[in-house]
Amino acid sequence: MIEVHNISKSYRRDSLEIPVLSNITLDVPEGEFLALMGPSGSGKTTLLNLIAGIDRPNTGSITVNGTDIATLNESNLATWRSHNVGFIFQFYNLLPVLTAFENVELPLLLTNLSKKERREHVEAALKLVGLGDRMKHYPKQLSGGQEQRVAIARAIVTDPTVLVADEPTGDLDRVSAGEIMVLMDRLNKEFKKTIVMVTHDPRAAEKAHKVMHLDKGELN
Amino acid sequence: MFVIKLVLKNALRHKLRTFLTILGIAIAVMSFGFLRTIVTAWSAGVESSAANRMIVRHSVSFIFPLPYAYKEQIARIPGVDMVSYANWFGGVYKDPADFKNFFPRIAVDPETYFDMYPEFVIPPDQLAAFKAEQGSCIVGEKIAKELGFKIGDPMPIDGDIYPGRWDFVIRGIYRGKDATADETQMLFHWNYLNERVKELQPGREGNVGWYVLKVHNPAEMPLIAKTVDQFYLNSRAGTKTETEREFQQSFVSMSSAIIRSLEIVSYIIIGIILLVLANTIVMAARERTTEYAVLKTIGFSSRHIIGLIGGESLLIAGIGGVIGLLLTFPIAAGFAGMFPTFFPVFNVETITIILAAVVATFAGVVAALFPTIRALRTSIAEGLRAIG
Repeated sequence: MIEVHNISKSYRRDSLEIPVLSNITLDVPEGEFLALMGPSGSGKTTLLNLIAGIDRPNTGSITVNGTDIATLNESNLATWRSHNVGFIFQFYNLLPVLTAFENVELPLLLTNLSKKERREHVEAALKLVGLGDRMKHYPKQLSGGQEQRVAIARAIVTDPTVLVADEPTGDLDRVSAGEIMVLMDRLNKEFKKTIVMVTHDPRAAEKAHKVMHLDKGELN
Repeated sequence: MFVIKLVLKNALRHKLRTFLTILGIAIAVMSFGFLRTIVTAWSAGVESSAANRMIVRHSVSFIFPLPYAYKEQIARIPGVDMVSYANWFGGVYKDPADFKNFFPRIAVDPETYFDMYPEFVIPPDQLAAFKAEQGSCIVGEKIAKELGFKIGDPMPIDGDIYPGRWDFVIRGIYRGKDATADETQMLFHWNYLNERVKELQPGREGNVGWYVLKVHNPAEMPLIAKTVDQFYLNSRAGTKTETEREFQQSFVSMSSAIIRSLEIVSYIIIGIILLVLANTIVMAARERTTEYAVLKTIGFSSRHIIGLIGGESLLIAGIGGVIGLLLTFPIAAGFAGMFPTFFPVFNVETITIILAAVVATFAGVVAALFPTIRALRTSIAEGLRAIG
């Protein structure tokens, strides 16, 4: 499903080259729930971004569902992301001027679906995350846990095969975090989503099938 | 559709900031439009000049007179269809400190003047009454309205260039054929002036201020000018013959420093509009760095980001521009009302409206340029890390 082969990534700060990942090789089979753990600055988010196609490796290849995403140009990569990947962020990253319904509808605006079809998809996604009664609410009218559930609905509304989550419980209290992880677990088991999740939270990592540790840019 | 919806919602996100920006742009556009209207009004005489009229004046200066005897000689020059003449009178009407009383008073040839200037329209009976009575005068409709003149009203003038009290009776009110015609003049018989001068200041009579020529073919104007000026080259009063446009332009150029200053200020205002708008858009775009990154992550393209930032900038500039333009009209009308006779023609011209609209649009585009480029250049990973 996801084949990461020998990738390296470094960032340039002025004249300084800062290595972040070195020679990472990783296979994530379809339906896997993988948790990436490690200290701050270990390269977890960078690896997640590379798998999700929002950053590019300096060397190596990343193949998702048979597509080598490192070879796609920006435009094709954007299209690929919209079809194949759902994103869940630590701080939800909902657009504050849009309602829960409108936020979830965003990825569908790039498809050819009719307005009626979009409405059906959005309502289904919001009902799935338990927010069928909060569609017209703005993010500021929702709790942190509810905002994250809207973000999850936005991530799954296009029915992508891969979900990437960057510390999805990092900004939540224990109860809300537990609810989110139950939802993630359900998406993996019931809807067969392949999930790659970065987390610091051992309780969140417990839901994953596999936990890998990154330290100083190397995978253990 | 989504971009338009989000542009509208984004613009209303910080209502006070958007309102103040729109207000700033509106005031700036209004000031721009107003200043351009003044500049245009200053040049109104030039713009309304006829293509087939020429002016003959003294070669040294406009203030020196020309002999009346030149009239018949000039009329015989080939290509000249008609000759008329006029003389600046000056004088004071009532309180000179009141701007309403400041209007041109000119002695003219009643037989030819209105044929020479068809843009001044007067009813035939009023023109006939004017021609028949030497002490009569005709006033423009604008000052007639402003000062409440009616046919038959007396108009006493205290002379300055030509001392003494001068009594006139209004026998006609002319109106302009269109909005560019000067309706602020008071015109009276040159003969009346000449006879009083002969009586009070012997030796000063028999002069006119300038001649107006109607030429058959405008293409012959350079030749006619040369012929007239050559003819009087060695006379006691040499002439300078030029097109009416050049003649009017020479008046405008006397005030060129003021006009130039107004133009510079109007350009500075464009800069102010840009800064006001750019400040708002740069702030807004910076605050939304993460949101743009999220949109790009989801799959939205650069086109959408350009639409969002550019659309908001153009929306604010457009609303500010429209309000500013709408405000320009009452402001210009108020100014024209305060100084009704200072600018004979004071209209917000179409070109001013177009210029103001172009300025607002230009500001909208330029203000969005830098934040758009920055938003496009910011990688998704950087954008997601950004703190707005």
